Amino acid sequence: MSLLAIPLLPLAAVLFSLVPLGKRVAPAVTLIAAAGALALAVTNSLRVVAEQHVVVVAGWVELDGLSAILLLLNTFISAMAALFSWGYIAAHQREERRIRSYYAHFNLFTFSMALVPVLFQPAFVWIAIEFTAVFSVLLVAFENTHAALEAAWKYIALMFTGAAIALLGFFILFWAQQKVGAGHYSWSGLVMVAPQMSPVLVIAAFVFILVGFGVKVGFVPMHTWLPDAHSQAPAPVCALLSGVKTTNALYVILRLAQLLPIGRVNLWMQVIGLVSVGVASFLLLQVRDYKRLFAFSTVEHMGIIFIAAGLGARGGSYGAMLQMVSHSLTKSFCFFAAGAALLVLGTREIASVRGLIRTSPTAGAALLFGALAIGGAPPFAVFLSEFSIFRAGLERGDYVVTALLAIFITVAFFGILLHVNRMVFGQPPEKPSTHAALPFTCVLTLILAAIPILVFGVYQPAKLHELVALAAANISQAPSP
Amino acid sequence: MTDPNVIIWLHNLNALTGGLFLLVLFGLVSVRQVGGCVRLFIALSLLLAASAFLLSAIYHTWHLSVVGVVDIATKVIAIPLLLRRVLPDEVYTRREVAQVLNIPTALLTALLLAIVAYLLSKPLMAVGDGIAIGVNLPIGLSGLLIGGLTAAVRREAVPLFLGLLAMENSAFFAGIGVAPEMPLIAEVSIAFDVLILVFVVGVLTRAVHEHIGTTEVGTLTALKEEPER
Repeated sequence: MSLLAIPLLPLAAVLFSLVPLGKRVAPAVTLIAAAGALALAVTNSLRVVAEQHVVVVAGWVELDGLSAILLLLNTFISAMAALFSWGYIAAHQREERRIRSYYAHFNLFTFSMALVPVLFQPAFVWIAIEFTAVFSVLLVAFENTHAALEAAWKYIALMFTGAAIALLGFFILFWAQQKVGAGHYSWSGLVMVAPQMSPVLVIAAFVFILVGFGVKVGFVPMHTWLPDAHSQAPAPVCALLSGVKTTNALYVILRLAQLLPIGRVNLWMQVIGLVSVGVASFLLLQVRDYKRLFAFSTVEHMGIIFIAAGLGARGGSYGAMLQMVSHSLTKSFCFFAAGAALLVLGTREIASVRGLIRTSPTAGAALLFGALAIGGAPPFAVFLSEFSIFRAGLERGDYVVTALLAIFITVAFFGILLHVNRMVFGQPPEKPSTHAALPFTCVLTLILAAIPILVFGVYQPAKLHELVALAAANISQAPSP
Repeated sequence: MTDPNVIIWLHNLNALTGGLFLLVLFGLVSVRQVGGCVRLFIALSLLLAASAFLLSAIYHTWHLSVVGVVDIATKVIAIPLLLRRVLPDEVYTRREVAQVLNIPTALLTALLLAIVAYLLSKPLMAVGDGIAIGVNLPIGLSGLLIGGLTAAVRREAVPLFLGLLAMENSAFFAGIGVAPEMPLIAEVSIAFDVLILVFVVGVLTRAVHEHIGTTEVGTLTALKEEPER
């Protein structure tokens, strides 16, 4: 039953955030709730490793390997973002009403993201995904600037377009399952009846949901909202949006891909993924805003995960899951580092920043660490996961896809390093702008969030390996009849 | 209800509802007055409810009549009231002078989209075995496309958003035809979710109105990648 408590903790924190109890109470309660949810997610995931599948309410609330990984990522990054928010928001906002409003929305947002993996009824997953968008809109608009409001409008308009298209997909999926006339309308029930379902209907449902949720994942050419929203939101929110919100939508698509017989959609998945990786890696070269830089890198990484899943077989699925984990951990760190840089510098423009490592060694080192880690340099986690994807691609003999992927990843690596290098090194401007010291919680977040990136780059705990393997089995497609 | 004549009659009525639904969608693309768009959206939601009631009689499921009632409560009553409450009156009396596409072109595109939707839903209709599917699926799919077109050609916040809501209405219109047995709690939660969304969008639109001084969200294009100067 402790599984149900995971989304309820942030929901309870929403109520506390609404009561006027001073500036400190809302962030403290948020942090406690997020840490509690993380602890419960860890214990539940350990149960999944032992029992493979945890059922609380059959067909409605369950947890398997794939959802356990997503739950862990959601709660871990929520906890880190809650910690980072404490100092970051206090430095930005003095008004108590606005601070409480931020935490109320923040908790609603983390609540909705904790719902996505534990719900097993697809229609409810649609609702949970829709909640993640609805509750994050006002966070994107939080700074109330012209740019933030514009980004928020684009964001919600495209999110809702995607949701409406996907909704029809979920209706068609239900129709397909009803025609078979057996099993639950749940993720596990659908897998059981997958071979008997009408292929036309399943493919139609998949296409609607791929297009609808593809908007939310940020696949090219439906990515236009992503760099705007992910650059205008406050840094901890960016970490959640880029780190896990996009992953939540991708999770649903991967769940569905598993219903299709192998070989049916793999080529599409590889092509869609490659287009995203390719376009994003070249767009990376010409950004002027360092938060947009990391946002484009999210588009790139979503593409990489989708390609890996499209390679099929155990190797590809394993790589996809590993990449999902390492991307979420690393990308949220990058946005924390960008947030720290923004606190120190007060500008998002790459061109006006030089010698950050001298103005603020912490922010500069964090930004460099983040850039190297997300670019895929050894010995960080992303390197290991990208390497396992290359290996899977070569083993399966998909040489063209693997080669293109390798080229694009290299371009992206140089793109990111080119910009970050300019910012971190070099001579700082003559008259250093008024730079605030970094709040303690922000520095602490940077340290805590860096640990898994370093550790998973060189050592994979046995439990994590088992969980990733379980998740990979969950997204491996059914062999064709 | 077992009288076949009654069933045929109900089917005909449902087809009529579907036709009107499509007609209202065409109206939504072309009407310029903001207030007029809101009225058309109310009509669209009423037609969705009507189809839900008819299908509830055809399929003998009480589920769908509840869906119809919830639809009226949220989309015909609550959403227009909520939008009125949150947004300043001035927004309602606006006329959109310049759309992205002129009206005849937009209507022709909408017609084309309706035909595309029909062709796309053909293979799916072949799998289905009900006459209602043949009405609701292609019309719902056209609505999805035409709603998207409406959102794309509009610059004013309220009509743009109503285009998106029309997409959701259309997904439901198709949904009640193909999946009448969908658990009621899911459908009611979806309606509730849309209500929250409308509230959030209302708040956001008001913030745009206050801070930027316009509700022509289509003209906000400051954020983009520009070559370095």
